[in-house]
Amino acid sequence: MKIKLNINHENKIYEVEPSEFLLDVLRRNNYTSVRRGCDNTSCGVCTVLLDNKPIPSCSLLAVKADGHKILTVEGIQEEAHKLGKHFGDEGADQCGFCNPSMALTVYSLKLENPQANDDEINQYLVGNLCRCTGYVAQHEAIKKYLGDQS
Amino acid sequence: MKIVNHKTPSVDGLGIMKGRKAYTDDFAEKDSLIVKVLRSPHAFAKIIKIDDEAAKSLDGIEMVLTHKDFKRNAYTRAGQGYPEPSPHDKFVLDEYVRYVGDEVLAVVGINDSVCQKALDLINVEYEVLEPVLDFEKAIDNKVLVHPEEDIHEMFPIGFEPKRNIAASYHMEIGEVEKVLKDCKHTINETFYTQAQAHVMLEPHTVNARMDYQERLIIYSATQTPFHIRRILSQTLEIPLSKIRVIKPRVGGGFGGKQAIHGEMLVAYATYKTGKPTKMIYTRKEVFESSYTRHPMKLEISLGADENGVLKAIDAHVLSDTGAYGEHALTVYMVAGSKVLPLYNKVDAVRFYGDVVYTNHVSAGAYRGYGAIQGNFALESAVDILCKKMNMDPIKFRQVNMMKENETSPIFAIMGEGTEGTAMNMETCKLEECVTRGKELIHWDDIYPFVEKGNKIRSVGMAIAMQGSGIPLIDMGSASIKLNDDGFYNLMVGATEIGQGSDTVLTQIAAEVLMTSVDKVIIYSSDTDLTPFDVGAYASSTTYVSGNAVFKAANELKDKMLDEVARIFRCNSSDIEFDGVDFKSDDNEISLVEFSNQITYSEAQKQLQVTSSYVGPKSPPPFMAGFVEIEIDKETAEIEVVNYVSVVDCGTTINPMLAKGQVDGAIVQGLGMAMFEDVKYTKKGKMISGDLLNYKIPTRLDIKKLTTEFVDSYEESGPFGAKSVGEIGIDTPPAAIANAVENAFGIRIKSLPITAEKILKMKWEMENEK
Amino acid sequence: MNVKEYVVVDHVDEAYQLLNQDKKNQIIAGGAWLKLSVKEVNKLISLDQLSLNYIKEEKDFIKIGAQTTLRDLETHPAVIALDHGILSDAISNIMGVSIRNLATIGGSVMGKFSFSDILPVLLVMDCKLYFHHKGEMDIEEYINTRRLDRDILTHLVIKKNNRKSFYKRVAHTALDFSMINMAITYDNLFKISVGSQPGMAMLCKETMALLNKNDKITENLIDQALKIALKELKLSSNLRASQAYREVLVKAYLRRGIMQVIK
Repeated sequence: MKIKLNINHENKIYEVEPSEFLLDVLRRNNYTSVRRGCDNTSCGVCTVLLDNKPIPSCSLLAVKADGHKILTVEGIQEEAHKLGKHFGDEGADQCGFCNPSMALTVYSLKLENPQANDDEINQYLVGNLCRCTGYVAQHEAIKKYLGDQS
Repeated sequence: MKIVNHKTPSVDGLGIMKGRKAYTDDFAEKDSLIVKVLRSPHAFAKIIKIDDEAAKSLDGIEMVLTHKDFKRNAYTRAGQGYPEPSPHDKFVLDEYVRYVGDEVLAVVGINDSVCQKALDLINVEYEVLEPVLDFEKAIDNKVLVHPEEDIHEMFPIGFEPKRNIAASYHMEIGEVEKVLKDCKHTINETFYTQAQAHVMLEPHTVNARMDYQERLIIYSATQTPFHIRRILSQTLEIPLSKIRVIKPRVGGGFGGKQAIHGEMLVAYATYKTGKPTKMIYTRKEVFESSYTRHPMKLEISLGADENGVLKAIDAHVLSDTGAYGEHALTVYMVAGSKVLPLYNKVDAVRFYGDVVYTNHVSAGAYRGYGAIQGNFALESAVDILCKKMNMDPIKFRQVNMMKENETSPIFAIMGEGTEGTAMNMETCKLEECVTRGKELIHWDDIYPFVEKGNKIRSVGMAIAMQGSGIPLIDMGSASIKLNDDGFYNLMVGATEIGQGSDTVLTQIAAEVLMTSVDKVIIYSSDTDLTPFDVGAYASSTTYVSGNAVFKAANELKDKMLDEVARIFRCNSSDIEFDGVDFKSDDNEISLVEFSNQITYSEAQKQLQVTSSYVGPKSPPPFMAGFVEIEIDKETAEIEVVNYVSVVDCGTTINPMLAKGQVDGAIVQGLGMAMFEDVKYTKKGKMISGDLLNYKIPTRLDIKKLTTEFVDSYEESGPFGAKSVGEIGIDTPPAAIANAVENAFGIRIKSLPITAEKILKMKWEMENEK
Repeated sequence: MNVKEYVVVDHVDEAYQLLNQDKKNQIIAGGAWLKLSVKEVNKLISLDQLSLNYIKEEKDFIKIGAQTTLRDLETHPAVIALDHGILSDAISNIMGVSIRNLATIGGSVMGKFSFSDILPVLLVMDCKLYFHHKGEMDIEEYINTRRLDRDILTHLVIKKNNRKSFYKRVAHTALDFSMINMAITYDNLFKISVGSQPGMAMLCKETMALLNKNDKITENLIDQALKIALKELKLSSNLRASQAYREVLVKAYLRRGIMQVIK
């Protein structure tokens, strides 16, 4: 069946199977920044923004996304660049596999609660696992990004 | 130093954050066929009959592969130097399946759902065999995990498959039992460590295609591209020259990608059909069908004299390598070689035991590589001994631990699978690490514990060491070439898997060439285009690969000076180079001008140097880990309030990335200490095989990490560096166990340490009274 | 998961008819965990066009459409105001923000998960469920009824109360299913529930009865109450905790919760 998506401000029409998940539809249409980590909503790696809210694309049926607005990291390049700079400064870059999904979730946090304190940041991001960094450098980078008015 | 030991953002983080194609599956051919594996539902079985006719004729299925399709070439999946210290006990597909999740057969088809349909149509008849699931009952069990004849060790490792022994080891210095007998204070305790899962966020991924030179081009998420190439060539009997392995960005490895996973079947399928194929492990397959950490049983005896001087250590260790022997001997030996030398003043030390086969998921390489298991046992035993002697545990360590310029006879005896290399600790700042860590955690204000309402605060600590590559075995190399416009290409075999090697190696080159990091473009881990490197393991990259880069950059600098000397008609010793300009008394030329001239205008040549390094030794990094915990008096729930790490890794080439390595490793170590546990049913099926049930620490579970590096300069390392990739993981289990005993008087000797275990022991102790 | 056909219905009745037409027809609410429990679906019936995504605040109660996401619930001021935020608090501890943007209250209730962090809280509030066919059903009756006919949950109604409350979940890590969870509301009368036993959540009626017939809550009374709680609850062992440890947790946290709400 055909679905209409607005991805990164562009209107797209895709032919999808009813059992296909948004993650796979995105990846096979070249949005390779969206990746699969676990397949059961436990890791956060597949996060995309649906109507500006983070959702697990591995568990959202593509057909349910019909008519909605989707942002992948390709659609928030300026914000991702900013966050990336802070990650670089804080030494938070390791394998990077969780980074694009982190950028989207942190951007969504910025929209919802730009004054988030330490606890609120951790609560908001708890579903975004990282196995590499131990979370400390990431946290510092995220705080700096949230406070970055440039 | 301008770049080394200075804050430097990674060279690749920005592009990755912005979502550029970077990881293995991002580069799969669009029309790749999918390789899907049927996995054994039984812990141990023999395949009697495979009925795959319906599957073979299914529309969209290219081929069905069974053990009948492969020549019986035994190999090891372990990514190690050749000849490997791991037994060649695996076949591509076999008529035996040895654990739940083992490969039975594979289908190759146009998409995942057609492949699944094909698998559903295949009927396999098994003779279900009784599995060996208790590693303490594996030796001489009537059931043999490897009954076949055509498997072998590459050199003597104590391989006795007819007794379910994959490897065994024995070393003794002095006479341990005699010394123990004469000791004033002795203890004898047994510890158990569990299987831990790596949970790198990127599942194992590989894809392959044939190029127009009729060569097999493979992209793989691997820690060891050169070993993959060799293993594929030897096992599938494809000439080595026909295979190219490229490692793109890898989403974490931690040792779990230091072995072959899907490459064998994907390579074969593409080579046979000429078509591109790919395989991505599901998270379930990562848990059940890749590797875990080796679970171990460690019996430790310690003996000390009346002054608290440690006289003897006896360690009898049993390790469970699961269904196949990857990394069996080497992990086992590291449990001794990178732990026992911490107490180098003993009169006698013994380390011996076996690594056994069971029908569990195969155990393999995992950060720490035996050192974390050995450290948990030894550092817990030390605290138990201290309690018995009524001696302060920090004082005990200060008296007995390794100090700078000392050595241990163990270094010469225990290598990795073979003999070791004698070495003095040119740098060992354990004393400073312990003193500083004690200060940072406010040890004296808390030790052993303080009460806070219905909670108890306590502290615990442990010291650790690791290595910097494998001496005389690990080789790394680097090529640097000068381009027009005065920038460099740095080609290294070294394998970036997120630990920052691309950035660190770039920094080393840039420092030597006195240029900026953006003028050194690194390309890594391509078996055609980059020179050899063993890969990312044994904490070898900064020290071994870094030294190769250091050498190559210096040699290129010399070559450039020689050419400028020709242009200036003087001696190269008369020329000053600051990275931007070459100046003599009478002459001056900028690097940019020089590079353009030598490329296009005059006496044109390509200036390029390739250099290699093999370490004559492996200078260990050291650290002291201190933990402050808060335990609920009633429920025994443990909260980690602060973990202090003070590390000696020589110069930190990139201080922030080095801190990131330690922080990440501490959290992974805390995971093993408190939260993580690979669990099986009584029939050997993994229960914890998904992320809903296997939980790693989240950002809400770790309250505070405090990480510092002490001043240290290792002469033999590039700009004074030692490695730092693994050491962080070693101390948490013992530190937590020690803190719990300091809080409650309860000693937990098996991992993970949970509230429930603490209470159970408390009730047992109360019942005994 | 294999889905033959995805159907978006315009009317609840249509959804109800389709659901009861074929055992292999399923409702998809948010669908966050659908693939974990269902393998083969003939018609997957979407409720997205039924306008069931709403939170309506009235004078004495709040009406919540079944398709409301957990995240919307958690952040709504009217929900935060209920019983000092107990429901909002409980929801905010479920998995991560992204799952809560997909999971719906309807899906969570209909899933009837024994590890649910929501059901024990609804039990100690005044909550009624509304089904398309069955009509009104009290939350406790819903939980205790084993076999329910296939029906569509359209909305919930929760009475507006401002009672003191206590919610606790104990888990190995922040993202893990709980070993035990419990909820208390108090306005001179206690309502106490315990869930993730590992079995389904339940009200501790005998415990409540003992506490509620006494004017003064003493240490002694709490001791007695806890003894009764352990007897009436159905604590047992599973992968995450043993029965014995669950008993320790119930004793410790019910006591602390009772002490907290009577302050």
